[in-house]
Amino acid sequence: MKDRSEIVTGLAEILEEVAGVNPDDVAEEKSFTEDLDVDSLSMVEVVVAAEEKFDVKIPDDEVQNLKTVGDAVSYIQKNAA
Amino acid sequence: MTGFLEGKRLLVTGVITDQSIGFHVAKLAQEAGATVVLTGFGRLSLVERIAKRLPSTPPVIELDVTNQEHLDGLADKVREHVDGLDGVVHSIGFAPATALGGGFLDTPWEDVATAVHVSTFSYKSLAIACLPLLGRGSGIVGLTFDATKAWPVYDWMGVAKAGLESTNRYLAQYLGEKGIRANLVAAGPLRTMAAKSIPGFEKFENPFQERAPLGWDLTDQTPTAKACLALLSDWFPATTGEIVHVDGGYHALGA
Repeated sequence: MKDRSEIVTGLAEILEEVAGVNPDDVAEEKSFTEDLDVDSLSMVEVVVAAEEKFDVKIPDDEVQNLKTVGDAVSYIQKNAA
Repeated sequence: MTGFLEGKRLLVTGVITDQSIGFHVAKLAQEAGATVVLTGFGRLSLVERIAKRLPSTPPVIELDVTNQEHLDGLADKVREHVDGLDGVVHSIGFAPATALGGGFLDTPWEDVATAVHVSTFSYKSLAIACLPLLGRGSGIVGLTFDATKAWPVYDWMGVAKAGLESTNRYLAQYLGEKGIRANLVAAGPLRTMAAKSIPGFEKFENPFQERAPLGWDLTDQTPTAKACLALLSDWFPATTGEIVHVDGGYHALGA
């Protein structure tokens, strides 16, 4: 299982590439939409990129529950192949 | 289904996620032997990521259907990948938030105009942009949502679709002499990115699930994609100006 900080770093890379988020701003307690200003279409791309990077499937119904970076880390940690 | 579209060259628009109708059209087309070229709008990087999930990664051409330069350059860009087209799939629609969701009586004209430009006029624009690549027996297929009725919350998108259905008949009339067919698939509600952007979309869902004679699966794009490809195949050679309903039979019912 990947450790949480490793996944945060991976997500920060994706967020920088997809939505221009400064990697230094990415932390577990940050909300994607409110703190990091990720719009809904960017979020779709973040999810697609994360699925590939972490070899995990994130269903649509699940995406709504991923409010913060930490939520995504937990989901990826639990479900990654 | 192997070989059913062997040698066909198709341009598919409207892919944004792997739930897009266009994605399933492209996937089934490749599995049936076709060569596919995609167009993408807005987030090209997302479209390119999704394109990699197809059996074979197709080229992606940027196309904003309201951008005349994009339209004028489309045929040359497609020619970089294929020497002509046998089919074009129009899976494009957009309405500003004010035009959907129950504010029908207050939507300003500018927003209605945007909806009609992107969702209706673009069907003609795309056909004309591709015309240099289309020969006898080729076809264009678009996606509608039965516009003979007023639906909850669909509002000006419904008006745009009514225009699309009419545009389809006129395209059939004007392209017929070149042997090019124009047809639409009227799909039932599907949980795509486009659907998610309609506030109150769930109001469409239950009636189809409860009443469609064949039932209706909101998450299965395959029947709709198959119908698009059937219409572009050699098996509808004398059909144009038509609307094929892929809705579990819902449209056939009265009360």
